[in-house]
Amino acid sequence: MGKTHSMAVEAKPALDQATYSDGVALRASGPWTARNAPSLEQLVLVAEKIAVGKGRVLIDVSRVSNLDTFGAWFIERLRRNFAKPGLEPRIMGLSDNYSTLFEEVRKVQEPPPVAKERVTPFVLLDRIGRAIAGTGNILVGLSAMFGALMVATWWVIRHPRSFRFTSLVHHIEQTGWRAVPIILLITFLIGCIITQQGIFHFSKFGAGVFVVDMLGVLVLRELGVLIVAIMIAGRSGSSYTAELGSMKMREEIDALRTMGFDPIEVLILPRVLALMIALPMLTFLGDITALWGGGLVAQFYGGMQPAAFLSRLREVITIDHFIVGMVKAPFMALLIGMVACVEGLAVEGSSESLGQHTTASVVYSIFLVIVLDGVFAIFFASIGM
Amino acid sequence: MATANDPIISVSNLTVGFGERLVLNGLNLDVRRGEILGFVGASGAGKSVLTRTIIGLMPKRSGRIEVMGVDLDTVGEEGRREIERRWGVLFQHGALFSSLSVRENIQFPVRELMNLSDRVLDEMTYAKLTMVGLKPEVADRYPSQLSGGMIKRVALARALALDPEIVFLDEPTSGLDPIGAGDFDDLVRTLQRTLGLTVFMVTHDLDSLYTACDRIAVLGDGKVIAVGTMDDMLASRHPWLQSYFHGKRARGLIKSGRS
Repeated sequence: MGKTHSMAVEAKPALDQATYSDGVALRASGPWTARNAPSLEQLVLVAEKIAVGKGRVLIDVSRVSNLDTFGAWFIERLRRNFAKPGLEPRIMGLSDNYSTLFEEVRKVQEPPPVAKERVTPFVLLDRIGRAIAGTGNILVGLSAMFGALMVATWWVIRHPRSFRFTSLVHHIEQTGWRAVPIILLITFLIGCIITQQGIFHFSKFGAGVFVVDMLGVLVLRELGVLIVAIMIAGRSGSSYTAELGSMKMREEIDALRTMGFDPIEVLILPRVLALMIALPMLTFLGDITALWGGGLVAQFYGGMQPAAFLSRLREVITIDHFIVGMVKAPFMALLIGMVACVEGLAVEGSSESLGQHTTASVVYSIFLVIVLDGVFAIFFASIGM
Repeated sequence: MATANDPIISVSNLTVGFGERLVLNGLNLDVRRGEILGFVGASGAGKSVLTRTIIGLMPKRSGRIEVMGVDLDTVGEEGRREIERRWGVLFQHGALFSSLSVRENIQFPVRELMNLSDRVLDEMTYAKLTMVGLKPEVADRYPSQLSGGMIKRVALARALALDPEIVFLDEPTSGLDPIGAGDFDDLVRTLQRTLGLTVFMVTHDLDSLYTACDRIAVLGDGKVIAVGTMDDMLASRHPWLQSYFHGKRARGLIKSGRS
């Protein structure tokens, strides 16, 4: 710092104190500019404490070499500090250039203080209550969105030509096709890990073959669909929220509305539908890959021949398990899509809001997917599947 | 108002391009200390490109840019930052940080560079807000709660936060109603007079050019095709200048200004 050309000689600002016949004189000198603001503040803080008694204060600025808003404000602050009824401090030596600046600074008013909310236990309770009640809003939003989707679907059924088929295909590609590699990788690893753990623990009491039962039931009924749904909530749910949110911020959604289009039908229906088509397909792929991964581990780690693995699988795993898993997929997709779109449309002006709603979208949809899975477990148990 | 004729910004032989296309081709321009220079040109002619190149947001192919007597190529990182503190930029859409309140937006550059108490920071915020014609109560609002005109004013207050010597304004009056735009022109004029600012203003607004600017520079074919006062522009025979300053939209203005 300070080795640039114009700053070759850096003078320091100063504020000297002297007495004169009428009272106290303060002589400002040097550059009173933004660059020196920290030292100016110290000077002014010290000077403000000077006891002036009954006398009048004279502020002499004739030796100030440079003045900008910062300097002018500090002089003004001194003036206000020493202002007494009938005994206004006098400012002396003000050049014409700077007097307009002083006029500007003189107009500055502090806003009336805003009463800050004090944090009492009562206020805390109030905040907690509001936060809890606020989580209910997502449920209200979801049911409103569900209704709007139904209306839009009915409209599309009656006017099939208005359906955005291109958009649907685009979103299936984005959320389905492009998610295939990561889904395959994750479910493969999950299948491997479950089987390895099963073999390790079951073989201690000679029940190694039951690992096939565990793998089949766990993957087909629960884990396959759950893992895929959670992955998609994080991957596609968040991108839906961010897309819709930034469209909302840039008034694109309002623009659609003014042209007589329903944003639900144009933007949201194709997205949710795409998810409802893509998620079951990904779940199917995930199920198969997890079983394959499990089979590989059973062969190379557990020493079970593929033929034995397959025949055991066919013996103990009925089609019911597969159906139970697959039935859940579109419902989870609907939930993820609705949460993502509700949050996307709730975005307000700032980029911070966009971030908050994207986070909320992922958190809520993962949570709700797990809750929905629990509800399905109760349902299937009661109908004996 | 130009006290001295020494250029505070001096651009010589500047060439800037994207790929094959040259946007600026051997451009020369001097901005004098203490003046308000209006910079005009057809849409897409590269007005914003010049501004962005001077303030260092775009790389140049060749040429020299001197700001406050310092060549920006040779000055190095430290020196560059030193210069950047001495200019302020008002972007076309304000570019306020949307997650910060007005107060935090204005205090942001000051807080980063200087160790000042909260009291002084607040007082300076109110001072800047008053200068740009806003009430200090606005300080706790967020950019999304402001109107277009207020956003421009707050953005100007932020550009002025460090008491710069040069302010770059990119279409400051676009999107404002004529009264708001007129007020903004007056504001720029007043600030230039009180603070001794040099203002580099990209604009399409003929009123601004007429009422606020000391000199006007015209961009065409990647070069400055004319520099001078409004009278010089009106007297010019150049076809583009003719249609710009004597076109339908200009006629009423010039007539009322002349008579």
